[in-house]
Amino acid sequence: MTTSGVGHLSEDIVTRARELVGLYPHPRSALIPICHLAQEQDGWLCPEAIDEIAALVELTPAEVLGTASFYDMLHTEPVGTYVVSVCTNIACMLRGAYELLDHVQDTLGVRSGATTADGMFTLEETECIADCGRAPCLAVNHRFVGDVTPQSFDALVDGLRAGTLGDDIPPHGTLVRVRRAGGLRVDDATIQAEREAASAKVGGAA
Amino acid sequence: MAVTEAPRIVTSRLEYEDSHTLERYLATGGYDGLRKALGMSPEEVAHEVDAVSLLGRGGAGFPAGRKWSMLRKAPTTYLVVNGDESEPATFKDHLLVERDPHQLIEGVLIAAYAIQATRAFIYVRGEFALGLERVQGALNDAYEHGAVGRDIFGSGFSIDVVVHPGAGAYICGEETALLESLEGKRGFPRIKPPYFPAAIGLYGEPTVVNNVETLSNLPWVMLNGSGAFTALGAGRSTGTRLFALAGHVRNPGVYEVEMVKTTFRDLVFAPVFGGGIPGDRELKAIIPGGVSAPWFGPEHLDLPLGQDEVGEAGSMLGSGSIVVMDDTTCVVRAAWRITRFFWRESCGQCTPCREGSGWLEKILRRIEDGEGLEADVDLLMDVCDNLAPGVSWPPQQTTICVLGSSIPSSIASAIRMFRDDFLVHVKDGGCPHG
Repeated sequence: MTTSGVGHLSEDIVTRARELVGLYPHPRSALIPICHLAQEQDGWLCPEAIDEIAALVELTPAEVLGTASFYDMLHTEPVGTYVVSVCTNIACMLRGAYELLDHVQDTLGVRSGATTADGMFTLEETECIADCGRAPCLAVNHRFVGDVTPQSFDALVDGLRAGTLGDDIPPHGTLVRVRRAGGLRVDDATIQAEREAASAKVGGAA
Repeated sequence: MAVTEAPRIVTSRLEYEDSHTLERYLATGGYDGLRKALGMSPEEVAHEVDAVSLLGRGGAGFPAGRKWSMLRKAPTTYLVVNGDESEPATFKDHLLVERDPHQLIEGVLIAAYAIQATRAFIYVRGEFALGLERVQGALNDAYEHGAVGRDIFGSGFSIDVVVHPGAGAYICGEETALLESLEGKRGFPRIKPPYFPAAIGLYGEPTVVNNVETLSNLPWVMLNGSGAFTALGAGRSTGTRLFALAGHVRNPGVYEVEMVKTTFRDLVFAPVFGGGIPGDRELKAIIPGGVSAPWFGPEHLDLPLGQDEVGEAGSMLGSGSIVVMDDTTCVVRAAWRITRFFWRESCGQCTPCREGSGWLEKILRRIEDGEGLEADVDLLMDVCDNLAPGVSWPPQQTTICVLGSSIPSSIASAIRMFRDDFLVHVKDGGCPHG
């Protein structure tokens, strides 16, 4: 019996992870994109996923965790089905973000940083998400909702609970709908030869 | 009120619902700038961009052409796009990646050709889920169209472009932190020197890092020529620039305006832009250039939107964000919220920034909560002095990157402009704004 997490991530995710590794000169560069893929499956980075990611990018699990824990979007503890991120930074604050946050806490029945008992929602206060033209704004699984009012927030929650917003707000993972059509098209040797030829031509002309 | 009839350079397609598609892009002159560039030598393209004085649109305002010219000669070089827009109240690159991703890709290819990059990476802020979908979708279509990849448009020039997601960290907008992040590490800014990734960048190779808006200008520059670009604006501040207008205005949003010929007053009050302050309340202060910038009062409204003009007046255009605060705003609360942001986003490498941001946040919080002392106002300035000695502009730096030295901007501005507001909090034992 092995302690590594091999087998935890789905075949589809491992395939996509290997494609990502192939896009970079060094496997480690694929670490953050692969963490996003793992969260697509689990919502967070469980120890089994971290072990498997480490193997994919040729690092130790500690190195993976050490990097992942630096980033706000990468969760090292379980989260709800929907992560609700309410922006309270300056532009939203000037347009009522803290009053909105109070309402969101009341509606969901949890404080910022907590998950509802049914595992449906995790609430977090977030820094500016660059949607200030529609302040106050929030994001649910990183899909942005602007000009939020208490009424529109409650309607949003109803829609999520009823499961009618699947197209607008997909599950976890910022790369859920991001698919590169194929790997690299140009090998390094081709690039190298072209650049040498080009600089020789310039040198000759001069 | 002077609102010039400048052409829209980077927002020309936004009137179309399908501005992000290849079909719309090709129907509106898309990839013609790249075709023209590929017919010139890389040096000619670089010279054209150097001639237009294209000041970087990310925050530092360093001329793009000069940045390119500093690239160390080496067999492997990289172009990295900084699309990690995270400066609070800045939301222009977000618009460009979602609404006109082909324009960005075309700009990337023109730049990559000019500097003869081996590979290009487009680092997009991880929270921009839709932006990532749009840029990757556009890139897939551009490959299919022959605009990226092997032997682009039969020119003999080949390059791959990779879209890379971030994962939520303001500091990754700092270019050396961004490179660390792209290498799969924590976003720790690198110790300088070397000052420029052009010498030692991604994986130690020479690298050019350019902002999304900067590169989005290139297709227009190639098609219309450097003369048409430099005819707009004045001095070093040529062309147009995107300004993200937020806070207490009737029409918050992103506006493309001619540089220097437009003023803060135009942007905030003209009906075609901000439309003024709701409820006809009075202006208290504006934050130009992102929350790292010192604030301006009403007396600065007629300043032209030019890099040097704003710099000489004691602040910066920075990231192209303008926050408007009306006379109902509690400046203690505003300074506290901005400081709280810096505290949360400090990477923790340097003591002045890591510790200073936390102490400043706590002191501001207790003043706002009515538990502050009169001496706290001077204490705030004293801590600021430890972060940026002299608390002057541009700030002195005590840290690896400019995050630390940016923290005093809002606090010193609030105290210098509205010291009485702080004292009222102390005297009344609470915030007068509730």
